[in-house]
Amino acid sequence: MIPSWLPDLLLWLAVLVLAGLYVSWRATRLDRLHVRVETARAALDAALVRRAAVALELAASRLLDPATSLVLATAAHEARTADADGREFAESDLSRALRAVVGQPDFRATLESRGEGTALLDELEAACRKVTFARRFYNDAVAATRNARRKLLVRVIPLAGRAPVPDFFEIDDDPPEF
Amino acid sequence: MKIGIVCPYTWDVPGGVQQHIRDLAEALLAAGHQVSVLTPADDDTPLPHYVVGAGRAVPVPYNGSVARLAFGFLSASRVRRWIRDGGFDVLHVHEPAAPSLGILACWAADGPIVGTFHASYERSRVVSVTAPILQSALEKITGRIAVSEAARKTLVEHLGGDAVLIPNGVATERYAMADPLPGWPGRGDGAEPRPGGGTLGFLGRMDEPRKGLQVLLKAFEILGRRRPELRLLVAGPGDADDVLSKVSPELRDRVALLGMVSDEDKVRAYHSVDVFVAPNLGGESFGIVLAEAMAAGAPILASDIDAFRKVLQDGRAGVLFPVGDHRALAEAADELLDDPARRKQLSAEARAAVRAYDWSTVARDVVRVYETVAVDGARVVEAGVTA
Repeated sequence: MIPSWLPDLLLWLAVLVLAGLYVSWRATRLDRLHVRVETARAALDAALVRRAAVALELAASRLLDPATSLVLATAAHEARTADADGREFAESDLSRALRAVVGQPDFRATLESRGEGTALLDELEAACRKVTFARRFYNDAVAATRNARRKLLVRVIPLAGRAPVPDFFEIDDDPPEF
Repeated sequence: MKIGIVCPYTWDVPGGVQQHIRDLAEALLAAGHQVSVLTPADDDTPLPHYVVGAGRAVPVPYNGSVARLAFGFLSASRVRRWIRDGGFDVLHVHEPAAPSLGILACWAADGPIVGTFHASYERSRVVSVTAPILQSALEKITGRIAVSEAARKTLVEHLGGDAVLIPNGVATERYAMADPLPGWPGRGDGAEPRPGGGTLGFLGRMDEPRKGLQVLLKAFEILGRRRPELRLLVAGPGDADDVLSKVSPELRDRVALLGMVSDEDKVRAYHSVDVFVAPNLGGESFGIVLAEAMAAGAPILASDIDAFRKVLQDGRAGVLFPVGDHRALAEAADELLDDPARRKQLSAEARAAVRAYDWSTVARDVVRVYETVAVDGARVVEAGVTA
């Protein structure tokens, strides 16, 4: 003899299991977004460090005149040593310094006539391009995560745990015209 | 790097996405990377060595037209196996929002995933029923690429998210050499146009005013009388009678309208003309036709719109004339046709300048995207069953 409440209980259990699966799926998605933000942030930091390093290398290469070297080295150093609050400004300043330096008339031709200049310029071009890519990907990940965390379910059940809400990274990263 | 590329549409059906993937894969292979392309294909289709078939695609109605797509359990398990066995550093999914192998690959993989968005459309195709399915797959893409500003706009407005812009490349070597079309002298040693002769070329939609054919026809009215053996070669879709009605009767037999041409004949057409004219009135974001003509080494005469000015390096790799000015066009063409040395120089400059738009250059940018997303050395792995 099956008790009359058993089908009801089974139904409610099934609903609970399904709801649990759904919540866990949402939690997995959110967790994956946080991982994506962290990975993208690491890539962005690596790209920025790389750009400053190539800029410093160019400044120290004796391919440039001393004044240009000084402008470039200062901007790269500022970008490397800026604290969290000043980071975005310092990186934007480095972008502007690079544009001013590379934008000089006949910059590429002059450097290419001086031995190792071509390789350094190619490296700088790649480094600048990767900053643009990495920042776009990072901000894209941040937008997706912030969007997901605004959803009702995520606010009612704290699926995000104690992970901080990520911030956009806003700088001027227009590359120089090579 | 070891790169896995996913193509959503049947390999042997001609299409822009398939062509893009073929050119990209070959440029990556030439640069020394390992590439495997997964694509829907009939089992008896001969495939290049770097392509893996994922089974037959089925024609289904999707978004108002019939598309050949691969989906279902069999496709899904083949995608999983390909990812498991591939050991890729990066997974590169094309058109990931299409219900085909791309979205299956996003589900089946974890790790660095790059997505390239090709299509652009005005109205959103995402309906609320499909949004969560699509969203959870697209969320896994760590780096997005759009092939045009329109594709990027579509992504931002309809799917959410942002992308970097990397335009299509031109397979310049495919255009470099070809015989001229039968009956056309073409360029080459000893094939100088006679005084009062020469051939002007145009390629593009004949009935699209922004392509500027009407400007060229007006210039031909002037120049055709001055040069009694001048001919005009026009290739592209459109109504031929409509075009001929704009040409004076005595000049009509010197205007050849080829209509739609095959890819092969297109290349031959570029090699059949002494001067290639791009009289566009605006709107071209890049000018793929112009780049193709440059790759074929045709001396270029183009209207002075921003996009063309940039591609032609401010006039070094081609002559620019004021937009829509048919008199200036006629004068410039007249001078060029009588100056073989100048044409030869323009041809060489154009071939050099177009290298910046070659697939090898484009592929280098794509590799930079790969390097950016795969920065911590994580590889592509099969996703857990619960994910």
